Amino acid sequence: MQLMSERITRDEVAHVADLARLALSSDELDRFTTQLSDVLEHAADVEALDLSDVEPMAHPLPLVNVLRPDAIVRSVDRDAVLAEAPDVEEDQFRVPTILGDQP
Amino acid sequence: MTDSVQEWEVVIGLEVHCELNTASKLFCGCANVFGDEPNTNICPTCLGLPGSLPVVNEAAVTKAMTLGRALGCTVSNSIFARKNYFYPDMPKDYQVTQYEEPTNSDGELALGDGSIVQIERAHIEEDTGKTTHVGGDGRIHGAGHSLVDYNRAGVPLVEIVSRPVIRSARQAKTYVEELRAVVLAIDVSDARMDQGSMRVDANVSVRPVGSDELRTRSEVKNINSLRSLGLAIEYETRRHIDLYEAGESPLQQTRHWDEAAGRTRDGRSKEDADDYRYFAEPDLVPLEPTQAQIAAIDESLPPSPALRRTRLAEAVGVDPADVAIVVMRGQDQLALDAVGIGADGAKTLARIENELAVEDWSAITADALADVVTRETTGKLSATQAKHVIAGLVEAGGTVDEVVATLGIASVDSGELVGMLDALIEQHEDEWARLADGDRKLQGFFVGQIMQLTNGQADGKIVQTLIAERLR
Ligand SMILES: [Zn+2]
Repeated sequence: MQLMSERITRDEVAHVADLARLALSSDELDRFTTQLSDVLEHAADVEALDLSDVEPMAHPLPLVNVLRPDAIVRSVDRDAVLAEAPDVEEDQFRVPTILGDQP
Repeated sequence: MTDSVQEWEVVIGLEVHCELNTASKLFCGCANVFGDEPNTNICPTCLGLPGSLPVVNEAAVTKAMTLGRALGCTVSNSIFARKNYFYPDMPKDYQVTQYEEPTNSDGELALGDGSIVQIERAHIEEDTGKTTHVGGDGRIHGAGHSLVDYNRAGVPLVEIVSRPVIRSARQAKTYVEELRAVVLAIDVSDARMDQGSMRVDANVSVRPVGSDELRTRSEVKNINSLRSLGLAIEYETRRHIDLYEAGESPLQQTRHWDEAAGRTRDGRSKEDADDYRYFAEPDLVPLEPTQAQIAAIDESLPPSPALRRTRLAEAVGVDPADVAIVVMRGQDQLALDAVGIGADGAKTLARIENELAVEDWSAITADALADVVTRETTGKLSATQAKHVIAGLVEAGGTVDEVVATLGIASVDSGELVGMLDALIEQHEDEWARLADGDRKLQGFFVGQIMQLTNGQADGKIVQTLIAERLR
């Protein structure tokens, strides 16, 4: 039963696709369920290691406190940016009616 | 009606978003300004263009930690996370925030009413852009489109999350007022609810009185004033109680306060935290403030409003709750100075609270205020005159003598009044005799005569006292 993977269900893949606003066909759902399952299988290999004496890392680079001074830097010109937008109205990005609410 | 009526109590937790008043945004050099022309403060970073990288604004971090310390929080090492969601107010399709390891945690705020609200966390995040819906036919569900302005996207803010310990709409408002006073005192935000630089979401649920359970809550958004906060909480409390009493249960959901209709409306069912697929932001490294930095912040903090209330209350000899308004308006130092000069505490407090409820009171000095209050308490100015003089001082500054001269207030002291009364008694011997015999109507005659002679400047109460003394 390839479709009923142990690591992730087809419904979970459909839910994640929905959150990412991806419209997947039935065939794609099957295919990605298998692929994601393989990825999670690999992650499980790492999880199986004994890492009790390894400090958790928030970032792979040994850097902290990378900060910049609070200074205003003028950047791109509005017209140049808006010219790249699919649709513009009153100097704003015009987008289709938003379904659902702002989180 | 034999069933006993179930008593309910409301459980409120507030999430207060405060935009920090930095010059530039949180992760890029775009200006952080309210009210600019749309999309004039944008760059590849806050537009989420490929190849751009965020770099954290040092002042935003310092201001966030300052706010944390002012709220008694522990400042810890922290990391940023991506909160993923699909909405055009964030061009990246995620918001950079702090999730598992916030900068500030476990604080508390002492309110003017004497209660204390625990604060779970105060984390740093970026604000979103502003979307405006343009309805096709003016109806919410009609055809239409939305316009997006990214000037606000990436503006630094701190989200202050209280624990669900607030027990009334009134306490919720007091909490937000207090938070605003703290934020203004340490100058980390202009905290204007009308401009959205301070925004409040209310998590509301109810439970039977005496229970300590936490029932399903609704999160009310779109609250734009303190008044709306109170109304929204009261509305939502009633709605929950009605549902339970009808044998139903509220849903866990986001609801929107509809100011015009005076009610909350259905929003989206609240997504699980899992649905945001939080993960550590790979483009940013951890923040690790040093103990020295935190100590320097502590050193820089001005006295908290709670401390200022206690200080003034002790100086005046009243309850701290009675000086809350004066401290909130920042008039406590004026009061302390006037009392220090020798003015009566209670009278000073009353005059400030009632006569200085104005936007700009900077022209009145503590010396002048103390002078006015003392003249009033010693009978040299009537209550009405004192109010006029204070209004004059607020208007133009100067000394009490100058304002008295400008307003043409005759300096009527008790000595002059005694002389006038003596003269009147001589002129109106019969009337005085009848008053002495108990004809009380004639007291009004003498008071009226003195008022006429002083062009109404004498204090009626003092005149009556003088007459009573002469009759004894
Ligand atoms: Zn920018």
